[in-house]
Amino acid sequence: MKTAVVVFPGSNCDRDLAVALREVTGTAPVMVWHRDTDLPAGLDLIALPGGFSYGDYLRCGAMSARSPVMAAVIAAANDGRAVLGVCNGFQILAEAGLLPGALMRNAGLDFVCRDVALSVANSQTAFSARYDAGETIRLPVAHHDGNFTADAATLDRLEGEGRVVFRYAEPVNGSARAIAGIVNDGGNVLGMMPHPERLIEAAQGGTDGRRLFEGLLAALG
Amino acid sequence: MKARVIVTLKPGVLDPQGRAIGNALSGLGFAGVGEVRQGKLIELDLADGATTADVHAMCKALLANPVIENYRIELA
Repeated sequence: MKTAVVVFPGSNCDRDLAVALREVTGTAPVMVWHRDTDLPAGLDLIALPGGFSYGDYLRCGAMSARSPVMAAVIAAANDGRAVLGVCNGFQILAEAGLLPGALMRNAGLDFVCRDVALSVANSQTAFSARYDAGETIRLPVAHHDGNFTADAATLDRLEGEGRVVFRYAEPVNGSARAIAGIVNDGGNVLGMMPHPERLIEAAQGGTDGRRLFEGLLAALG
Repeated sequence: MKARVIVTLKPGVLDPQGRAIGNALSGLGFAGVGEVRQGKLIELDLADGATTADVHAMCKALLANPVIENYRIELA
Protein backbone atom coordinates (compact mmCIF):
# COMPACT_ATOMS: atom_id res chain seq x y z
CA MET A 1 0.00 0.00 0.00
CA LYS A 2 1.55 3.27 -1.16
CA THR A 3 0.63 6.32 0.87
CA ALA A 4 1.44 10.01 1.01
CA VAL A 5 1.11 12.63 3.72
CA VAL A 6 0.67 16.21 2.52
CA VAL A 7 2.59 18.71 4.64
CA PHE A 8 1.33 22.29 4.85
CA PRO A 9 3.07 25.15 6.64
CA GLY A 10 1.72 24.79 10.17
CA SER A 11 0.86 21.09 9.97
CA ASN A 12 1.82 19.50 13.28
CA CYS A 13 0.44 15.96 13.09
CA ASP A 14 2.15 15.05 9.84
CA ARG A 15 4.82 12.94 11.53
CA ASP A 16 2.30 11.20 13.81
CA LEU A 17 0.29 10.29 10.74
CA ALA A 18 3.44 9.10 8.96
CA VAL A 19 4.37 6.88 11.92
CA ALA A 20 0.87 5.38 12.04
CA LEU A 21 0.93 4.65 8.30
CA ARG A 22 4.42 3.18 8.50
CA GLU A 23 3.62 1.02 11.52
CA VAL A 24 0.44 -0.39 10.04
CA THR A 25 1.35 -0.69 6.36
CA GLY A 26 5.03 -1.52 6.82
CA THR A 27 6.04 1.20 4.38
CA ALA A 28 6.79 4.81 5.18
CA PRO A 29 4.56 7.29 3.36
CA VAL A 30 5.93 9.82 0.90
CA MET A 31 5.87 13.28 2.47
CA VAL A 32 4.54 15.75 -0.09
CA TRP A 33 5.08 19.49 0.35
CA HIS A 34 2.04 21.67 -0.26
CA ARG A 35 3.76 23.64 -3.03
CA ASP A 36 4.29 20.51 -5.11
CA THR A 37 1.97 20.37 -8.06
CA ASP A 38 2.17 16.62 -8.64
CA LEU A 39 1.59 13.64 -6.38
CA PRO A 40 3.78 10.53 -6.61
CA ALA A 41 2.43 7.95 -9.06
CA GLY A 42 0.52 4.91 -7.86
CA LEU A 43 -0.71 6.21 -4.50
CA ASP A 44 -3.41 4.21 -2.72
CA LEU A 45 -4.04 6.77 0.00
CA ILE A 46 -3.46 10.50 0.42
CA ALA A 47 -3.57 11.75 4.01
CA LEU A 48 -4.01 15.36 5.13
CA PRO A 49 -2.75 15.86 8.68
CA GLY A 50 -3.89 17.90 11.64
CA GLY A 51 -2.33 21.16 12.66
CA PHE A 52 -2.88 24.85 12.21
CA SER A 53 -1.91 25.32 8.59
CA TYR A 54 -1.38 28.95 7.66
CA GLY A 55 -2.17 29.82 11.27
CA ASP A 56 -5.87 29.28 10.51
CA TYR A 57 -5.79 32.61 8.64
CA LEU A 58 -9.09 33.72 7.09
CA ARG A 59 -10.84 30.43 8.00
CA CYS A 60 -9.41 27.11 9.17
CA GLY A 61 -8.12 25.26 6.13
CA ALA A 62 -9.04 28.06 3.71
CA MET A 63 -5.52 28.89 2.57
CA SER A 64 -4.34 25.27 2.44
CA ALA A 65 -7.36 24.26 0.38
CA ARG A 66 -6.02 26.61 -2.34
CA SER A 67 -2.42 25.32 -2.11
CA PRO A 68 -0.83 24.17 -5.38
CA VAL A 69 -0.91 20.49 -4.33
CA MET A 70 -4.65 20.53 -3.72
CA ALA A 71 -5.50 20.52 -7.43
CA ALA A 72 -3.79 17.14 -7.64
CA VAL A 73 -5.48 15.92 -4.44
CA ILE A 74 -8.90 16.95 -5.79
CA ALA A 75 -8.22 15.25 -9.10
CA ALA A 76 -7.13 12.05 -7.32
CA ALA A 77 -10.20 12.13 -5.05
CA ASN A 78 -12.50 12.59 -8.03
CA ASP A 79 -10.72 9.66 -9.61
CA GLY A 80 -11.71 7.46 -6.66
CA ARG A 81 -8.42 7.53 -4.76
CA ALA A 82 -8.74 7.23 -0.97
CA VAL A 83 -8.20 10.51 0.87
CA LEU A 84 -8.12 10.84 4.66
CA GLY A 85 -8.27 14.23 6.37
CA VAL A 86 -7.79 14.39 10.13
CA CYS A 87 -8.67 17.51 12.13
CA ASN A 88 -7.15 20.36 10.11
CA GLY A 89 -7.14 17.88 7.23
CA PHE A 90 -10.93 17.62 7.57
CA GLN A 91 -11.21 21.41 7.58
CA ILE A 92 -9.08 21.56 4.41
CA LEU A 93 -11.22 18.91 2.65
CA ALA A 94 -14.37 20.87 3.49
CA GLU A 95 -12.84 24.15 2.30
CA ALA A 96 -11.69 22.41 -0.89
CA GLY A 97 -15.25 21.26 -1.57
CA LEU A 98 -14.38 17.56 -1.37
CA LEU A 99 -16.69 17.23 1.63
CA PRO A 100 -19.86 19.19 2.34
CA GLY A 101 -20.39 21.55 5.25
CA ALA A 102 -17.94 23.60 7.27
CA LEU A 103 -16.11 23.34 10.59
CA MET A 104 -16.80 26.31 12.81
CA ARG A 105 -15.61 27.54 16.20
CA ASN A 106 -16.56 25.11 18.99
CA ALA A 107 -19.91 26.04 20.49
CA GLY A 108 -18.37 26.39 23.95
CA LEU A 109 -15.55 28.55 22.50
CA ASP A 110 -13.01 26.37 24.31
CA PHE A 111 -10.16 24.51 22.69
CA VAL A 112 -11.10 20.88 23.43
CA CYS A 113 -8.14 18.57 24.00
CA ARG A 114 -9.03 15.21 25.51
CA ASP A 115 -10.10 11.68 24.67
CA VAL A 116 -13.75 11.51 23.70
CA ALA A 117 -16.20 8.67 23.17
CA LEU A 118 -17.32 8.13 19.58
CA SER A 119 -19.87 5.81 18.13
CA VAL A 120 -19.25 4.16 14.79
CA ALA A 121 -22.24 5.09 12.66
CA ASN A 122 -21.16 3.29 9.49
CA SER A 123 -18.72 0.38 9.42
CA GLN A 124 -19.17 -0.23 5.70
CA THR A 125 -16.50 2.21 4.48
CA ALA A 126 -12.89 1.35 3.76
CA PHE A 127 -11.96 3.65 6.65
CA SER A 128 -14.24 2.03 9.23
CA ALA A 129 -14.35 -1.62 8.13
CA ARG A 130 -12.43 -2.79 11.20
CA TYR A 131 -15.01 -1.31 13.55
CA ASP A 132 -18.45 -2.67 14.35
CA ALA A 133 -21.49 -0.54 13.59
CA GLY A 134 -22.73 1.02 16.79
CA GLU A 135 -19.49 0.27 18.62
CA THR A 136 -18.21 2.91 21.03
CA ILE A 137 -14.53 3.78 20.69
CA ARG A 138 -12.33 6.45 22.26
CA LEU A 139 -10.06 8.76 20.31
CA PRO A 140 -8.33 12.03 21.20
CA VAL A 141 -9.59 15.34 19.88
CA ALA A 142 -7.58 18.56 19.91
CA HIS A 143 -9.33 21.38 18.15
CA HIS A 144 -10.87 24.81 18.45
CA ASP A 145 -12.95 24.61 15.28
CA GLY A 146 -14.63 21.23 15.06
CA ASN A 147 -18.23 22.33 15.17
CA PHE A 148 -19.59 20.74 11.98
CA THR A 149 -22.22 22.86 10.27
CA ALA A 150 -24.31 22.30 7.17
CA ASP A 151 -27.84 23.14 6.14
CA ALA A 152 -30.63 20.77 7.17
CA ALA A 153 -31.00 19.30 3.68
CA THR A 154 -27.29 18.44 3.56
CA LEU A 155 -27.41 16.91 7.05
CA ASP A 156 -30.45 14.83 6.08
CA ARG A 157 -28.68 13.65 2.95
CA LEU A 158 -25.50 12.73 4.85
CA GLU A 159 -27.52 10.71 7.36
CA GLY A 160 -29.82 9.19 4.76
CA GLU A 161 -26.93 8.02 2.62
CA GLY A 162 -24.99 6.57 5.56
CA ARG A 163 -22.22 9.09 5.09
CA VAL A 164 -21.88 9.90 8.77
CA VAL A 165 -19.10 7.51 9.82
CA PHE A 166 -18.32 8.70 13.35
CA ARG A 167 -20.49 10.54 15.87
CA TYR A 168 -19.58 12.03 19.22
CA ALA A 169 -21.09 9.94 21.99
CA GLU A 170 -20.71 12.83 24.45
CA PRO A 171 -20.92 16.63 24.18
CA VAL A 172 -17.72 17.93 22.55
CA ASN A 173 -18.06 20.94 20.30
CA GLY A 174 -21.67 21.55 19.32
CA SER A 175 -21.41 19.70 16.00
CA ALA A 176 -24.67 19.35 14.09
CA ARG A 177 -26.17 15.94 14.82
CA ALA A 178 -23.00 15.11 16.79
CA ILE A 179 -21.11 14.53 13.55
CA ALA A 180 -17.41 13.75 14.06
CA GLY A 181 -16.55 12.26 10.67
CA ILE A 182 -18.15 11.99 7.22
CA VAL A 183 -17.37 10.55 3.81
CA ASN A 184 -18.03 12.00 0.37
CA ASP A 185 -20.68 10.50 -1.89
CA GLY A 186 -18.14 8.12 -3.42
CA GLY A 187 -17.11 6.87 0.03
CA ASN A 188 -13.43 7.39 -0.82
CA VAL A 189 -12.85 10.65 1.04
CA LEU A 190 -13.14 10.72 4.85
CA GLY A 191 -12.81 13.78 7.04
CA MET A 192 -12.81 13.43 10.81
CA MET A 193 -11.94 15.70 13.71
CA PRO A 194 -10.67 12.99 16.15
CA HIS A 195 -7.11 11.75 15.75
CA PRO A 196 -6.84 8.00 14.99
CA GLU A 197 -3.08 8.34 14.45
CA ARG A 198 -2.63 9.19 18.13
CA LEU A 199 -3.85 5.81 19.36
CA ILE A 200 -2.12 3.11 17.37
CA GLU A 201 -0.19 1.25 20.07
CA ALA A 202 -0.68 0.40 23.73
CA ALA A 203 2.10 2.78 24.78
CA GLN A 204 -0.12 5.63 23.58
CA GLY A 205 -2.94 4.47 25.82
CA GLY A 206 -4.93 2.41 23.37
CA THR A 207 -5.28 1.10 19.87
CA ASP A 208 -8.73 2.29 18.83
CA GLY A 209 -7.16 4.44 16.11
CA ARG A 210 -5.03 1.64 14.68
CA ARG A 211 -8.04 -0.18 13.30
CA LEU A 212 -8.84 2.67 10.95
CA PHE A 213 -5.47 2.20 9.25
CA GLU A 214 -5.79 -1.59 9.37
CA GLY A 215 -9.13 -1.32 7.58
CA LEU A 216 -7.55 0.83 4.89
CA LEU A 217 -4.69 -1.64 4.50
CA ALA A 218 -7.16 -4.51 4.07
CA ALA A 219 -9.26 -2.54 1.57
CA LEU A 220 -6.47 -0.94 -0.42
CA GLY A 221 -3.73 -3.55 -0.08
CA MET B 1 -9.01 51.88 -6.26
CA LYS B 2 -10.06 50.22 -3.08
CA ALA B 3 -12.66 47.63 -2.32
CA ARG B 4 -14.05 46.60 1.01
CA VAL B 5 -15.52 43.14 1.44
CA ILE B 6 -17.76 42.65 4.45
CA VAL B 7 -18.16 38.96 5.32
CA THR B 8 -20.94 37.97 7.69
CA LEU B 9 -22.27 34.67 8.94
CA LYS B 10 -25.49 33.57 7.29
CA PRO B 11 -28.63 33.97 9.36
CA GLY B 12 -29.20 30.88 11.44
CA VAL B 13 -25.54 29.89 11.58
CA LEU B 14 -24.56 29.69 15.24
CA ASP B 15 -22.03 32.38 16.15
CA PRO B 16 -20.54 31.44 19.52
CA GLN B 17 -18.05 34.32 19.33
CA GLY B 18 -20.82 36.84 18.77
CA ARG B 19 -22.71 35.37 21.68
CA ALA B 20 -19.66 35.65 23.93
CA ILE B 21 -19.23 39.29 22.90
CA GLY B 22 -22.88 39.92 23.76
CA ASN B 23 -22.44 38.29 27.14
CA ALA B 24 -19.34 40.40 27.81
CA LEU B 25 -21.20 43.60 26.92
CA SER B 26 -23.99 42.64 29.29
CA GLY B 27 -21.39 41.92 31.95
CA LEU B 28 -20.00 45.43 31.47
CA GLY B 29 -23.40 46.83 32.25
CA PHE B 30 -24.60 47.68 28.74
CA ALA B 31 -28.31 47.01 28.87
CA GLY B 32 -30.50 46.13 25.93
CA VAL B 33 -27.91 44.38 23.78
CA GLY B 34 -29.71 41.74 21.72
CA GLU B 35 -28.08 39.24 19.42
CA VAL B 36 -24.46 40.01 18.46
CA ARG B 37 -22.98 38.69 15.22
CA GLN B 38 -19.28 38.91 14.42
CA GLY B 39 -18.00 39.25 10.86
CA LYS B 40 -14.89 40.24 8.94
CA LEU B 41 -13.86 43.29 6.98
CA ILE B 42 -11.31 42.74 4.21
CA GLU B 43 -9.84 45.79 2.48
CA LEU B 44 -8.36 45.32 -0.97
CA ASP B 45 -6.12 47.70 -2.86
CA LEU B 46 -6.83 47.02 -6.53
CA ALA B 47 -5.43 48.16 -9.86
CA ASP B 48 -7.45 50.87 -11.59
CA GLY B 49 -10.13 49.40 -13.78
CA ALA B 50 -10.98 46.53 -11.46
CA THR B 51 -14.70 45.85 -11.41
CA THR B 52 -17.21 44.59 -8.91
CA ALA B 53 -17.28 41.38 -10.92
CA ASP B 54 -13.58 40.91 -10.20
CA VAL B 55 -14.19 41.25 -6.48
CA HIS B 56 -17.18 38.89 -6.64
CA ALA B 57 -14.86 36.32 -8.24
CA MET B 58 -12.36 36.78 -5.40
CA CYS B 59 -15.12 36.34 -2.81
CA LYS B 60 -16.33 33.15 -4.43
CA ALA B 61 -12.83 31.72 -4.86
CA LEU B 62 -11.48 32.49 -1.41
CA LEU B 63 -12.72 35.39 0.69
CA ALA B 64 -16.07 33.95 1.77
CA ASN B 65 -17.24 30.38 2.38
CA PRO B 66 -20.69 30.14 0.80
CA VAL B 67 -21.66 27.30 3.13
CA ILE B 68 -21.70 29.57 6.16
CA GLU B 69 -21.08 33.15 5.02
CA ASN B 70 -22.61 35.98 3.05
CA TYR B 71 -20.62 38.92 1.76
CA ARG B 72 -21.14 42.36 0.35
CA ILE B 73 -18.78 44.58 -1.60
CA GLU B 74 -18.20 48.31 -1.32
CA LEU B 75 -16.05 50.00 -3.95
CA ALA B 76 -14.36 53.28 -3.03
